[in-house]
Amino acid sequence: MTDITETHVTSPAPSRSTKRIRWSQVFDHTILCTGAFFMLFPVLLVLMTTSFEDADIVRNGLQFGFEGQMLENFDAAMFEAAGFSKAITGTRMLMNSLILGFGFAIGKIVISMMAAYAIVYFRLRFATFAFWIIFTTLLLPLEVRILPSYEAIQSLGLANTYSGLIIPLIASATGTFFFRQFFRSIPEELVEAARIDGAGPIKFFIDILVPLSRTMIAAIFIIMFVYGWNQYLWPTLITTDEGMFTLVRGIKQIVQVLSQTGAMIPEYGKALALSLIAMIPPVLIVIFFQSWFVKGLTESDK
Amino acid sequence: MAQVTLDRVRKTYPNGFEAVQPCSVKIPDGELVVLVGPSGCGKSTLLRMIAGLEDITDGALSIGTDVVNDKDPADRNIAMVFQNYALYPHMSVAKNMGYGLKNRGASKAEIDAKVQEAARILNLGDYLDRRPSQLSGGQRQRVAMGRAIVRDPELFLFDEPLSNLDAKLRNQMRIEIRALQQRLGVTSVYVTHDQVEAMTMADRIIVLNAGRVEQIGTPTEIYEYPASTFVAGFMGAPPMNLLTAQIFEGALKLNEDTVLPITAPAGMGHKVLVGLRPEDVRLGGDGSVLFNVEIVEELGANRLLHGKLGGQDFSLSVGKDEAARTGVQPITLPVARVHFFDPDRGTRI
Amino acid sequence: MKRAGFTTVWLPIALLLPQLMIIAIFFYWPAAWAVQSSFYLQDPFGFGSTFVGVENYTDLMTNTEYGKVARFTLIYTALVTFFSLSIALLLAVKADKVIKGAKSYRTLLMWVYAIAPPVAGFLGLMFFDQRNGPMTEMFQTLGWDFRLGADYNSTATAMVIVAVWKQIPVNFIFFLSGLQSIPKSVREAALIDNRSASGRFWDVTFPLLAPTAFFLLIINITYALFDTFGIIDTLVRSEPGNNPVTLVYKVFVDGFRGNDLGGSSAQSVILMVLVLLLTVFQFRLIERRIHYT
Ligand SMILES: Nc1ncnc2c1ncn2[C@@H]1O[C@H](COP(=O)(O)OP(=O)(O)O)[C@@H](O)[C@H]1O
Ligand SMILES: [Mg+2]
Repeated sequence: MTDITETHVTSPAPSRSTKRIRWSQVFDHTILCTGAFFMLFPVLLVLMTTSFEDADIVRNGLQFGFEGQMLENFDAAMFEAAGFSKAITGTRMLMNSLILGFGFAIGKIVISMMAAYAIVYFRLRFATFAFWIIFTTLLLPLEVRILPSYEAIQSLGLANTYSGLIIPLIASATGTFFFRQFFRSIPEELVEAARIDGAGPIKFFIDILVPLSRTMIAAIFIIMFVYGWNQYLWPTLITTDEGMFTLVRGIKQIVQVLSQTGAMIPEYGKALALSLIAMIPPVLIVIFFQSWFVKGLTESDK
Repeated sequence: MAQVTLDRVRKTYPNGFEAVQPCSVKIPDGELVVLVGPSGCGKSTLLRMIAGLEDITDGALSIGTDVVNDKDPADRNIAMVFQNYALYPHMSVAKNMGYGLKNRGASKAEIDAKVQEAARILNLGDYLDRRPSQLSGGQRQRVAMGRAIVRDPELFLFDEPLSNLDAKLRNQMRIEIRALQQRLGVTSVYVTHDQVEAMTMADRIIVLNAGRVEQIGTPTEIYEYPASTFVAGFMGAPPMNLLTAQIFEGALKLNEDTVLPITAPAGMGHKVLVGLRPEDVRLGGDGSVLFNVEIVEELGANRLLHGKLGGQDFSLSVGKDEAARTGVQPITLPVARVHFFDPDRGTRI
Repeated sequence: MKRAGFTTVWLPIALLLPQLMIIAIFFYWPAAWAVQSSFYLQDPFGFGSTFVGVENYTDLMTNTEYGKVARFTLIYTALVTFFSLSIALLLAVKADKVIKGAKSYRTLLMWVYAIAPPVAGFLGLMFFDQRNGPMTEMFQTLGWDFRLGADYNSTATAMVIVAVWKQIPVNFIFFLSGLQSIPKSVREAALIDNRSASGRFWDVTFPLLAPTAFFLLIINITYALFDTFGIIDTLVRSEPGNNPVTLVYKVFVDGFRGNDLGGSSAQSVILMVLVLLLTVFQFRLIERRIHYT
C-alpha cells in the first residue's frame, strides 16, 4: 500500500486520484497527530505547571503557560530535604533509583545469561528440568506472592537494603527465557567450529557468545533498566527507611503529603517536578536507544 | 599427515535412531575421500563422529595410529569446513583464521605469519581486516578454508562446503579445493550429496545409503562397476537405465514385443535387472530393438532422448551432431557394457 | 540443547546455581508458603495459627465484598484491554502507512512506555483532581458530576483512562513491528487482488496480525490485573475506602493492612491459578503460531 498511484496509471483522471490520496493522507496524519498529542500533552502540561507558584497551582490546578518558578521548583525537588524524617532529597532518590535500575538490569543480565548458557550449550541431564523450574517463574508475578516474599526478606534481614530491593526482583525467568531463545537462534556450527579451534566452554562464552550477544544485551538492558526503575510495589514494602526511597517510591510519599490537610500550602510545584524527574531518565533511554529497545521487546516473545 | 581408520563405527542417536550402521573404512594417508549419498543418509553424522562433535556409539576410530574415540575435537588435530562456513561474525578475517592457533598458545608472530601465508594462497590478502558480513559468498568460503589450513592439521573434514555457492563458483572452488588438497597432501574427508563433486574430486568414494555403506571405490570403479542399483542410479548423470527383464530360454524379454539381444547371466531365476548407461547406447541399428522417443532434451553439448523401451522408461544420450527426433527408432545396445542386478536385493551380479 | 554441547559437568551447574537459588528463595518458597497459609487462620495478634482447611476459600466465595472486587476487576480488565488494543492498532496501522514522519510518530507514540505506573497515576490525580482537574472540568461541562475518590464510577473511569494511556505504547510497538514484518510481496499481492483498502486490511493484514494480537491480549490482561497496581494505589491515594480496586490490590490490602494472612493467601492462590490458566492458554497459542510459520 505504499504507492497507490502506480496501480492507477491508466486511470483517466490522474489529478482526481492524487487529490483523493492526499485527503486520505491528511486523515492518517490527523489521527497520528491526535494520538501523539494525547501522549505528549499531559506531561507537557505538568512541565508548564512546574513554572507556577504553589499557591497558583493549589487554586487553579494544572496551568497552561510559563511562569518563572520552574528552576526553583526543580531545585527544591532535587536538593530540599523532604519526607517525615527529612532524610531524603531528590538527589538521594535519584541515586537510589539509578542503583535499582542498574543493579537490577546488570544482575538480571548476568544471572540469566549464565543460566541460559548452561541450559543451551551443555549436555546436561537435567537441563530441560532446570529450564522448566526457571520457566515456571514466569507464571507468578511478584504481586501474587508479595506477602511471603516480604516475609522472606524480613527473615533474611534484608529489609531496607539494596540487595533486598534488587534480588527478589531478579527471581523471574524473563531474561533467561530471552537469552535462551537468542542462543538457540545462533547456528550450531559456531560452537562446533569453536570447539575444533580449541575453545573450551569459558573461552567460547567470553570470546564468541558475549560479543555476539552485544545487541541483545543492550536491548535487554534497556528493558530491564526501565522495569527496575519503575518498580513500585516491592520498594514500597521493603523500604521503610526514607533514605532508601527511589523516585517512584517517592511518588507514594508525595501523594500522601499532598493529601494531608494541613495549614501549610502543599508544595505542588516541587511534587510535580519530582514526578518529572522520575520519568526523565527511563524516557530518555527509551527514546535514544529506541531501535534496540523495540528489537528487544518484540523479539523476546518469540 | 595421517591415515584414518574406522573399525565398525556405528551411531545410534539418543532417540534410538540408527543413523550410521557399522562401517569399516581405511583412508590412506594423503587421500581425499568423498562421502556421498542422498540427504539424510548419515554423511554428516559419520563426518561429525570423525571430528569428535558426535559421540561414537560403537567401534573404534583412529587418526594416525591412535584411537581417538574419547578425544576432544580440539585434540584430534583436525580442521573442518562447514556448509554455512560458521565464521565468527564479530571477528575480522584474520582473527577468524587465527583463533584456533591463538587457543593453542601460538605466538602472535607465528599466527601472523601463518595467516598471511594462508591469505596469500587463498587470495584473501586484501580482506584480512574485513568482517565476514562484508565478504561475498565465495570469499567467505575461502576464509573457511583458510581457517582450516592455517593450523596444518593432519586431517581436513569438509561438510558440503560448496552447497551455498552458485553453480559457477562451485565449479571453480571444486577445482581449487582439489588442487590445494593435493598440494598440501593432507588426508581429507569430503561430504557431499552431489555426485559430480564426488566423481571429480575423489581419490576414493564412499557411497552411503540410509546409514549403510553401499560401495567403496575409486570414481572409475564406482562408475564402471556399481555394486548395487542404488549406486548405479545415484552415480552418473543422467542415471543408469534399469530395465526389468524376464529370462526366457536364455533371452531377456522386456515384454511380448521386445527381446534384448543380450545373453542372460547364468544361474539366475526368471527375472533380472538390466542396467544400461544412457551414454553407452547408440542410435541406429538393425531394427531388432526399437526405442520410442517421446521427448528430446537439448543440453548444448549433447542431447538426451527420453521415452519407452519395451514399455519401460528409458533414456539415451547422443552427441550434438547426431540427428535427434521423436518417434520410434532403432537403437544399438552396448553388449560389453551391460550391468546385471539382482531384482530382489539390488546387488550386482 | 545444542547437538554438540560441551560435556563439562561442574560448570553448567555452577552457572545455574545463582538463578536457581534466587528462585528457590524468592519464588518457590513464597509460593509454597502462600499455598500453605491459605489453609490456616492466623491469630490477629500473631499468636500461632489454626488449620481451617478450605475455609478461607469458601469464605471468599461467599464474601460479597470479594465478589464485587472480582466483578470490577473483570470489567476493568476488559475495558483496559479493549481500548488500549484498539486505539494502538489504529495508530499502528496509520503509522505503518504514512511515509513522511513515520519515525517521529513512532517516537512520539511509544515514549510513554517508560513512565512508571504510579507516576502515570500521579498525573491522573492532577488531571482528575476533584476541584480543578482539567478532565474533571470537562466531564462537568458534559453534565457529569465527576468526583475522583468520592464517587465509585468516577474513580473507575479515571483508572481505566490512565491505564489505557499508559498501555497504548506497548501495544503500538508490537502492532507496528507486526505490521512491518508482513512481507512486502504479500501486500503487493493484496494490492493487485483487492481494490478496497479496508477490504485489504480485514482480509489480509488483520489475519496476519492475529498472532500478535493474541499475544498482546494476554499481555494486556496480565497488565490490567497486575501492573496497574501503581496506578490504582496512587489514584485512590493508598486509601481505597469505597473506591473500586482490583483483586491484586485486595491481596495487598488484606495482607498488609487487614493482617488477614489466610484470606490474603487464599486470594493469592486464586490469582496464581488465574495466571497459570492464562499462561497455558498463551502457550497453546505460541505452539499454534510455530506450527503456522
Ligand atoms: N541429533 C539427532 N538425533 C536424532 N536423529 C538425528 C540427529 N541428527 C541427525 N539425525 C538423523 O540422522 C540421519 C542422518 O543425518 P545426517 O548425518 O545429518 O544426514 P546427511 O547425510 O544429510 O548429512 C537423518 O535421518 C537425521 O534425521
Ligand atoms: Mg549433512
